[in-house]
Amino acid sequence: MRIELNGEPRELAAGATLADAVRASGADEEARGVAVALDGEVVPRAAWDSTPLAEGAGVEVLAAIQGGAVDMTGCGFTPFRRIRR
Amino acid sequence: MTVGRSASQWELGGRQWSSRLIAGTGGFRSLEQMEEALAAAGAEIVTVALRRVDPDAQGSVLDAIEKLGLFALPNTAGCFTARDAVRTARLAREAFGSEWIKLEVIGDDRTLYPDAVELLDAAETLVGEGFTVLPYTNDDPILARRLEQAGCAAVMPLGSPIGSGAGIRNPYNVAIIAERAEVPVILDAGIGTASDAALAMELGCDAVLAASSIFGAADPAAMARALRGAVESGHAARRAGRIPRRTHAEASTSYEGLPDLS
Repeated sequence: MRIELNGEPRELAAGATLADAVRASGADEEARGVAVALDGEVVPRAAWDSTPLAEGAGVEVLAAIQGGAVDMTGCGFTPFRRIRR
Repeated sequence: MTVGRSASQWELGGRQWSSRLIAGTGGFRSLEQMEEALAAAGAEIVTVALRRVDPDAQGSVLDAIEKLGLFALPNTAGCFTARDAVRTARLAREAFGSEWIKLEVIGDDRTLYPDAVELLDAAETLVGEGFTVLPYTNDDPILARRLEQAGCAAVMPLGSPIGSGAGIRNPYNVAIIAERAEVPVILDAGIGTASDAALAMELGCDAVLAASSIFGAADPAAMARALRGAVESGHAARRAGRIPRRTHAEASTSYEGLPDLS
């Protein structure tokens, strides 16, 4: 199954869940400060295991980083793909 | 302007705070440099952001913040629409287990000015979802009032563009916002050096947020210490009640009993 994980195409086994995608992202699953969006909507940690992924699903795995007032360092980022300029 | 229980205490989001200097955690060369600067700032509240996971990232900013006993305030930096900001806030709530959000909705990446329409829209949605919303806003008294009416826990007007270090370009507007606000006013963005932070407090702000001015200084910890002193002095001067500005001199020594030496 092909999904988009943090903006990159990624191949996961058929029947993969959101928890599998989180592991594939390299995130420390137990770590505080990790949050996951599936097609733009937040999925609580407790539901990662039971949330199936569909072909072409967009998964964003986010973590806390150092941030300032509006720190655009290393930006060009948005957790969502459509930025309005 | 809200008045806390004592000269130093103030209330934000239903909690009492001692430090009136809020610090950014971004931009430092290392976590060690960040820790040193945050300690020197005496900050209690520090801002953090959410980004895509980097499996190679060294050290955890949350661990460092916890070690220092600070309160992590997540922001929505990098969001250009109300929808993205609301989604980022929900992700932050999940990631940090906190309802507090520093709401930033930017209009473009050249000025980094807030998009007033999207900002108010996002603020209304997030207040409705139970968030403690701290919006980064323009130095517009009417927009500040609308954000307050929407239920925001504070308003955070900019002094000048983020990272510009240009100080407070419209002190009159900042004073108007501070004068009529019934929620705390936190000067956000534009601080370049200590005098800017002191001015913000003298204008009636309850607190100051500093980021670039600290991490960009040649000696971040020393600048953090300077800003801390400036915020305290500015606040003390505000409470002391300054003399009015006059065009002409006003003698402080009486003319009475002046001898005739001609």
